[in-house]
Amino acid sequence: MAGSNPNAKPMNLTLNVWRQPNRNTEGRIVEYKVKDISPEMSFLEMLDVLNEDLLHAGEDPVAFDHDCREGICGSCDLFINGRSHGPEKGTTTCQLHMRKFSDGDTITIEPWRANAFPVNKDLSVDRSAFDRIIQAGGYISVNTGGVPDGNEIPVPKEIADRAFEAATCIACGACVAACKNASAMLFVSAKVSQLALLPQGHAERKTRVENMVAQMDKEGFGACTNIGSCAAECPVGISLENIAMLNREFIVAKATSNNLA
Amino acid sequence: MSWITKTLTSSIGRKLIMSLTGLFLCTFLVVHLVGNLQLFKHDGGAAFNAYSHFMGTNPVIRTIEWGLVLGFGFHIYEAFALTRRNKAARGHGYAQWKAEQNSEWTSRNMGILGSIILIFLIVHLYNFFWRARFGGLEKMGGDNPEYRDYDNLYMAVVSSFHIWWYVLLYVAAQISLGYHLWHGFRSGFQTLGLNHRKYMPLIKYAGYVFAVVVSAGFAAMPLYFFLFTNDLGELALNAPTFVHTVASAF
Amino acid sequence: MLLDSKIPEGPLAEKWDKHKFNVKLVNPANKRKYDVIVVGTGLAGSSAAASLAELGYNVKAFTYHDSPRRAHSIAAQGGINAAKNYQNDGDSVFRLFYDTIKGGDYRAREANVYRLAQVSVNIIDQCVAQGVPFAREYGGLLANRSFGGAQVSRTFYARGQTGQQLLLGAYSALSRQVAYGKVKLYTRSEMLDLVMVDGVARGIVTRNVLTGEIENHAAHAVVLATGGYGNVFYLSTNAKLCNVTAAWRAHKKGAYFANPCFTQIHPTCIPVSGDYQSKLTLMSESLRNDGRVWVPKTVEMAQRLRKGEIRVQDIQEDDRDYFLERKYPAFGNLVPRDVASRNAKMMCDEGRGVGSTGLAVYLDFAEIIQRTGAEAVSQKYGNLFAMYEKITGEDPYKLPMRIYPAVHYTMGGLWVDYNLQTTIPGLYATGECNFSDHGANRLGASALMQGLADGYFVIPYTIGDYLAQTAPKPVDTQHPAFAEAKAGVQARTEQLLAIKGTRTPDQFHKALGHIMWEYCGMARNAEGLRHAKTEIQRLRKEFWSDVRVVGTGEELNQTLEKAGRVADFLELGELMVDDALARNESCGGHFREEYQTPEGEALRDDENFAYVAAWEYQGDNQPEKLNKEELTFENVKLTQRSYK
Repeated sequence: MAGSNPNAKPMNLTLNVWRQPNRNTEGRIVEYKVKDISPEMSFLEMLDVLNEDLLHAGEDPVAFDHDCREGICGSCDLFINGRSHGPEKGTTTCQLHMRKFSDGDTITIEPWRANAFPVNKDLSVDRSAFDRIIQAGGYISVNTGGVPDGNEIPVPKEIADRAFEAATCIACGACVAACKNASAMLFVSAKVSQLALLPQGHAERKTRVENMVAQMDKEGFGACTNIGSCAAECPVGISLENIAMLNREFIVAKATSNNLA
Repeated sequence: MSWITKTLTSSIGRKLIMSLTGLFLCTFLVVHLVGNLQLFKHDGGAAFNAYSHFMGTNPVIRTIEWGLVLGFGFHIYEAFALTRRNKAARGHGYAQWKAEQNSEWTSRNMGILGSIILIFLIVHLYNFFWRARFGGLEKMGGDNPEYRDYDNLYMAVVSSFHIWWYVLLYVAAQISLGYHLWHGFRSGFQTLGLNHRKYMPLIKYAGYVFAVVVSAGFAAMPLYFFLFTNDLGELALNAPTFVHTVASAF
Repeated sequence: MLLDSKIPEGPLAEKWDKHKFNVKLVNPANKRKYDVIVVGTGLAGSSAAASLAELGYNVKAFTYHDSPRRAHSIAAQGGINAAKNYQNDGDSVFRLFYDTIKGGDYRAREANVYRLAQVSVNIIDQCVAQGVPFAREYGGLLANRSFGGAQVSRTFYARGQTGQQLLLGAYSALSRQVAYGKVKLYTRSEMLDLVMVDGVARGIVTRNVLTGEIENHAAHAVVLATGGYGNVFYLSTNAKLCNVTAAWRAHKKGAYFANPCFTQIHPTCIPVSGDYQSKLTLMSESLRNDGRVWVPKTVEMAQRLRKGEIRVQDIQEDDRDYFLERKYPAFGNLVPRDVASRNAKMMCDEGRGVGSTGLAVYLDFAEIIQRTGAEAVSQKYGNLFAMYEKITGEDPYKLPMRIYPAVHYTMGGLWVDYNLQTTIPGLYATGECNFSDHGANRLGASALMQGLADGYFVIPYTIGDYLAQTAPKPVDTQHPAFAEAKAGVQARTEQLLAIKGTRTPDQFHKALGHIMWEYCGMARNAEGLRHAKTEIQRLRKEFWSDVRVVGTGEELNQTLEKAGRVADFLELGELMVDDALARNESCGGHFREEYQTPEGEALRDDENFAYVAAWEYQGDNQPEKLNKEELTFENVKLTQRSYK
């Protein structure tokens, strides 16, 4: 059935999958076998096969989050063989293909682990902490209408490009999952950098970083110790420079803002 | 809580303290290393003891010393505070964890490295600093009026550096320090937000050089005395005559 | 019911301004007394929810995702059109209007499209102010490109991730209102029914997908921004969770469904590699600017290629058929989406398709790589080439890409009037969920424009008109209609769980998708459509007696969610077939084989079919009633498209 490679041999795999009925019940790793997996399949399509098998056997399919399956929505979030989104660099789980594995492999699949990301069920976790951090200040306060013309404030291309690079974060949470400290600094820094770089974001520059960091801490994420796992595992390549920028923004804001609280 | 305590107890605030104290301690390492190079002067400890006398009595140095105590104190305290917080942030651990594929071992093990250094620090302080400051060392004695009333820390050092386990502890601690600095130096700059595409490579390599030079420099001392000198600190081979002369004064 | 599109009187260019003046306003002090429900948090939903909250209304926003930022608007690549004329190349509001009407093959409403073109310029300003990092020129001004065969450069973009950046802008505006307490956000909540009280929309029934709890929510008005229904084909470029359920529930409560057969097939997608395929990935249309489309000249050669007896490199230049260049010398590889798609299908139907399935054509970059070097090609298409290699394992710098058309966008949707109100008072539909602006075919970079136009700049005005005529009395869920709707949802959930059949929801979905693709896809004919109708009816029957869902309704049960969505697709599919069968002409994305020119091009019938087909639900398993809204064209001349 293979598309590009008619000679690709189907694989048999052993899966060690984290199963947990709900947030309040302890889970465990359960072993499954899947057969005839085409190397052309995506990792999630392989899980689809497992789930169809389970369903036919009358068992509860494995719950996992996914949607666009083209690496941009940030829904998929599996910790595969000890790595966020598995072994391939710069790739979300949905874009990871089975040709990266070999026949007979044992694959361990776990949910993101962080206190701030409680497990909903099986491999699905609750990442609403990220939303609350954005709600704390990850925006520019403009109402609809009444804004200046798009070309009124020129933005140097270099700045626009850097802001864009930071803005490509998909909020999947791979950074938190991979970080020894379960720190969310790469995620927070991407948004802080984007809006601090653009002139449109300058009005709220100080309050934004103060509030977002406060919320980040409140959610119970760890503190960054500059290990760099986050950037190495980030599927869209958000750079550590953003964390440095976050630190700088925070220090300057705390030192110079009028906020006494 | 005031805004200051709030800032300094936030995740970035604690990191800021780690960074500032860490970089401050780096400057201390430089001073300490340069001073200790006096050990290699084959003058029977005269220069070294004079140096340690100066360090122990000069009011400016004594004041800065308090800064050093605070530096160490905060660095260690924040390290524990951060480690606790970060451990709690993970919660449930992973069954499989392949961090070695995405990061350096040193970066992930600053706590272990720091703890080894802390153990060393306690032994080191007790053995040399405590005795130098609060008595327990012999005077240099001898004929030279300039030196004879100085504590003979040199001799304490030399004799310690002939105890094999002590040398081993020293060398192990210096290797830990090297790795600690390997990550710590550049990390300190990153935390301060001093990351720029142009300069970060420079900072990184400067950090590596710093880590190697400082740790190798400190480790060279016990190794030198253990391997190449007798228990008076004399060079076992081809020791210059004046060393004999000074040494024979004891 | 007579369809009243409520198009304002007066010259085209003045309609919207006049209308904005004529709509009734809600007293600022009264705004907080009105509750509005917005279902869906993609571009259309987030922008509407944020803008309404800014005005002072109490908004409840619902998404079945874990976060509003996951909506499929995020995957739009190419860009967003706006009639800014920053490039001094002759663009104008009228030209964007004209291109959109013509691109839609004259099956859209003039007044709506003109308004869309008018507010397009405001969208760009709004997004820039929100911090959307659009591409810039070295001087710091906004960059534009020409897109989808447009004759002017009016497309604003953020590399290949424009949808992502626009959605994150709208999401940030929404997040701000959540922080202010003006929007209450309900994530992981799926709308399963609409609640009507005294003939008007008064609320919705949702299921919390984590706990299974069925909840009632009341409001003075309901806005559906729930996207398109392309997933009726099972395989499409839509996200896996995209579905028609919310719109379909509203349809069954009385909202007309317009032009359901108008679906857009995108020519440059990565082909299917096997049965397990769960979705199709779009490769930006820009690839056709430099790639050349071809298949082997002979069936025999294609067969040997498929079997692996020969390699693509072994096929000489003379044995290659660059069929688009051959058939359309003027436009070549840049013919519109529908033409390119249909021709690829024709080649594969002839047996000249490539790849192991024979359902693909080549998109070859060898020439441009030779001419400008791999480096220059990488500059332009690096990310697309990398994506292709990630998915297929093949290096497009060395081998030609394989592409095949895939379902991409649905122009049809809930019928709305000029105010974006459906045939149910108080129920609005925005974005891809409605039918309003794209006629029978959507132009590239226009989907993002429409979603944001509706949400930021249309609905905030038009919904006020309705609310101003509604008493600002608090609404609650006490009315028996709520209990009834809730009980209905509960019963349906229990029914799905009780069947305990042998086939999974995915199996039914794939079977439906197969029928739709074969008979109601790129090319349709009466016989096939009639066959499809009976097939769908049979499949639907089997579904309700043989579907297999395990687990309970009181937990996260993704199979149950899927089953509910497939059940609705099984009903929608039949309506699409009915609509395709009733439209005896070819236009845009709807190609009826019986109606083509001698050259094989789409043959429109403006005399008999220049109308919007608005279908009215008549009860379970009853044929739906066709209502027609005649389209009048006063500002453009209807012409036949030609790309020769």
